[in-house]
Amino acid sequence: MELFDKFPTLGDQELRDLKKAIDRGFRDFSRSHGEAIENFFDPLLQFLVWFERLLQTSPWPLIVLAVAVFAWLGARNWLVVVGTVAAFLAIGYLGMWRDTMATLAIVSVATLICIAVGIPIGIAMARSDRVQAAITPLLDVMQTIPSFVYLIPVVMLLGIGKVPGLIAVCIYALPPIVRLTNLGIRLVDREVLEAADAFGASYTQKLFGVQIPLALPNIFAGVNQTIMMSLAMVVIASMIGVKGLGVPVLRAISNQYLALGLMNGLAIVVLAIIFDRISQGFGKNLQKHRRDEHRH
Amino acid sequence: MSTDTDTKVAIRDLYKIFGPRAAVMTEHVRAGMSKDDLLDRHGHVVGLRAIDLDVTAHHIQVVMGLSGSGKSTLIRHINRLIEPTAGEVLVDGVDVLGMTQQELREFRRSKASMVFQRFALMPHRTVADNVAYGLRVQGIDRAESAERSRHWIDRVGLTGYEDYYTTQLSGGMQQRVGLARALATDAEILLMDEPFSALDPLIRTDMQDILLDLQSELHKTIVFITHDLEEALRLGNNIAILRDGEAVQIGTPQEIVMRPADDYVAEFIKDINRGRAIEVASIMESGHVNGAPEVDAGAVLDDALQSLIGAGAEVATVTRDGKPVGSVRLERIAAALARPD
Repeated sequence: MELFDKFPTLGDQELRDLKKAIDRGFRDFSRSHGEAIENFFDPLLQFLVWFERLLQTSPWPLIVLAVAVFAWLGARNWLVVVGTVAAFLAIGYLGMWRDTMATLAIVSVATLICIAVGIPIGIAMARSDRVQAAITPLLDVMQTIPSFVYLIPVVMLLGIGKVPGLIAVCIYALPPIVRLTNLGIRLVDREVLEAADAFGASYTQKLFGVQIPLALPNIFAGVNQTIMMSLAMVVIASMIGVKGLGVPVLRAISNQYLALGLMNGLAIVVLAIIFDRISQGFGKNLQKHRRDEHRH
Repeated sequence: MSTDTDTKVAIRDLYKIFGPRAAVMTEHVRAGMSKDDLLDRHGHVVGLRAIDLDVTAHHIQVVMGLSGSGKSTLIRHINRLIEPTAGEVLVDGVDVLGMTQQELREFRRSKASMVFQRFALMPHRTVADNVAYGLRVQGIDRAESAERSRHWIDRVGLTGYEDYYTTQLSGGMQQRVGLARALATDAEILLMDEPFSALDPLIRTDMQDILLDLQSELHKTIVFITHDLEEALRLGNNIAILRDGEAVQIGTPQEIVMRPADDYVAEFIKDINRGRAIEVASIMESGHVNGAPEVDAGAVLDDALQSLIGAGAEVATVTRDGKPVGSVRLERIAAALARPD
């Protein structure tokens, strides 16, 4: 019974041909469309470059002040503000200011893109079970596929640089905001929605007047997760030419520089903690803020 | 202006069957298959069966039944929150089921508003903004909505609570918000789905008073769902009793109490306080005695009894608008008070 002893496989030659055909097909595609795609992402690149330069060339006290104000607006807690300022001063003092600003830039832009793309997708999923059934497996793939695997086609298409890095970060960081937007909207009390229907609310009136406001805590949990995951991608993104704290970490790994790796790694952790506290605070405040707005 | 006898909402031969092949199942139900048989043999649930109901303009039409009798399903057909399997729902002669989505939204915005059992208020809006919700949906600007909202908050006795969030209020107060929200759109029809069932007995009576008080002035056409017969008798100009999706009796409160259509209805009225439910008019006889104490035809038996005993008389003259229309004897009152077998 040869069939049971040895798994029936495609012949070596056929297998090689198949892989070659796929590679060739994609290479042809990237040769013919690569430039168009690059042009498409050009405004994004310009924005990212501009933003990174802005952060890096602004006087550092201004940045620290801005971050402190941001922390206060988000967390409304002096401890968080003091901690944030101390962390940024320490980062600067230990010579990681430029890299931190680069990381800050790419994480901010990636988060904005994920919000702009992810929330509408989440809304579409919440509206239709069919859309949800179609997109959920895609999100599963995005979350489980090893990042290195999708770096290959991205680099083939766009080469090495900021934009492919940004795309890689977004692929990794997009799923939570999509999922939590969908979940948040689906969890809105059916009775409240029925009341909105009974008063003749249209789809958009229900969406913006009832569903999104009531889903905000979940949506903000999604934003928070997206920020955390894009920070986590910083090191991998640095492999394809994204500047920032990932670059020295990568150098430390290949050269066994313990201190360098530790310091830059901890800087990423500190950024993550700060972002987490601030974005969670924003989520809570937005609710309160709405309440304040209605009060007057 | 419609008069008292106009039919505002007419429900005609309405069927609702739950399940994937509802339309086919309607034929079985029309042919007389019972709710249990349909469930056992075809896995479909009968929600409503051959409902015919005329709701008179400016009246309170109570729909009563135990849970699962289809009363909440029925009320949701009037503003088409639920689509029927067969039948018609006519409001002012227009079939609600024939409306386009746009027409239906317009109908819900201006013609029929709703109050819910579990309030269904919006937790992210203040009391004032909840009450203004229907107006904002209609596109009325913020200032005017706020103005009208304030008026209705005042009418339900919540002045001073405008800026509270609904979660900060007690159940009774939340339902006042629900009532104000429904009244604020000036809809002619008010659909009330067990609005007071979730409230404590004392609060419930309060809310009934508020509703009757508002109704004496606003003259809405109200469809009121309840499982509580005392509430039905107190509020209803007319009562429809549902059982397993079928209307077993439709009539005035007096008709229901004096002549229950079947054992099911009789069981319902068994425990009510007959002295406070039955009116003298329902048991009076013709002819009257001169010099006897007078009781009004609309008085309940308890009050008539008190007049008779107070006067030490055996018989009272029944009057309507001050004119004698009949008489009632003590023993007849006693007989009516006794629980029927």
